[in-house]
Amino acid sequence: MDIVSQLQRQFIDYSASLHHEGFVDDQFTQLQKLQDENSPDFVVEVASLFFEDCEKLINNMARALEQQQGVDFKQVDASVHQLKGSSSSIGAVRVKNVCISFRSFCEAQNREGCLRCLQQVTHEYSLLKNKLQTLFRLEQQLLAAGGSIK
Amino acid sequence: MAQSRHAVEKEQSTKITALVVDDNRINRTIHCRLLNNLGVENEVVGNGKEAVDAHCSGKKFDLILMDMEMPIMNGIEATRKLREMGNRSMIAGVSSRSMEEDIQEFIEAGLDDYQEKPLTMSKLISLIRKIKLNG
Repeated sequence: MDIVSQLQRQFIDYSASLHHEGFVDDQFTQLQKLQDENSPDFVVEVASLFFEDCEKLINNMARALEQQQGVDFKQVDASVHQLKGSSSSIGAVRVKNVCISFRSFCEAQNREGCLRCLQQVTHEYSLLKNKLQTLFRLEQQLLAAGGSIK
Repeated sequence: MAQSRHAVEKEQSTKITALVVDDNRINRTIHCRLLNNLGVENEVVGNGKEAVDAHCSGKKFDLILMDMEMPIMNGIEATRKLREMGNRSMIAGVSSRSMEEDIQEFIEAGLDDYQEKPLTMSKLISLIRKIKLNG
């Protein structure tokens, strides 16, 4: 098998594993379909925006939940809602699912539950970021070798 | 049958225009890309007030993709205001809400259509088909 075919196989298998392990869903595939020669970095750009948003929102949630005087659950919920929306749009299904639970705990004004969800969402985001960065690296290697992802 | 000036212009030009109203920049990026891929000229704003301001400035759009929950002015209020001001665009509500009672108020504010997020190419194509059918 030549190097391009090898790299292509690696990329396809890794992409499939992200779906199989539930990291991303069909929405992520839809984003990949939007990428073309006019916007060859579209998925990377959207993913970068998502990473930035995640970090900002997770920090907002952590700060709000740290408040000893009284947690503003509406403020936490607002950040979770944003993160749920972003994760849904990019197809980050595991992050989205944690956000769904997180919102329930916000509604119940359950600080312990919220803190557990914050931990989970931080963990899932970190995992996803690593996975996507690996995927993008594989894509770059394939393109550099003269292959294509389509 | 007398045709409105807008309908005549639509016949002569197949270019559809759209306004994306969403406070989430990832959604704005994706929706913009979807529209670009379909050849739809589009602009983006970050909340309902900016959508109303765009209308007040004289801008016309065939399609408005209106998010529901936004700061400053949400999609329900913005839709209501736009209709009160005589806006005749197709306004499609786009939200992650799926409970009927949640979206009922949004629909009653004056939506022509409602699509659950995330917006996809096929959902957008169905909206554009509606616009072309209605001329």
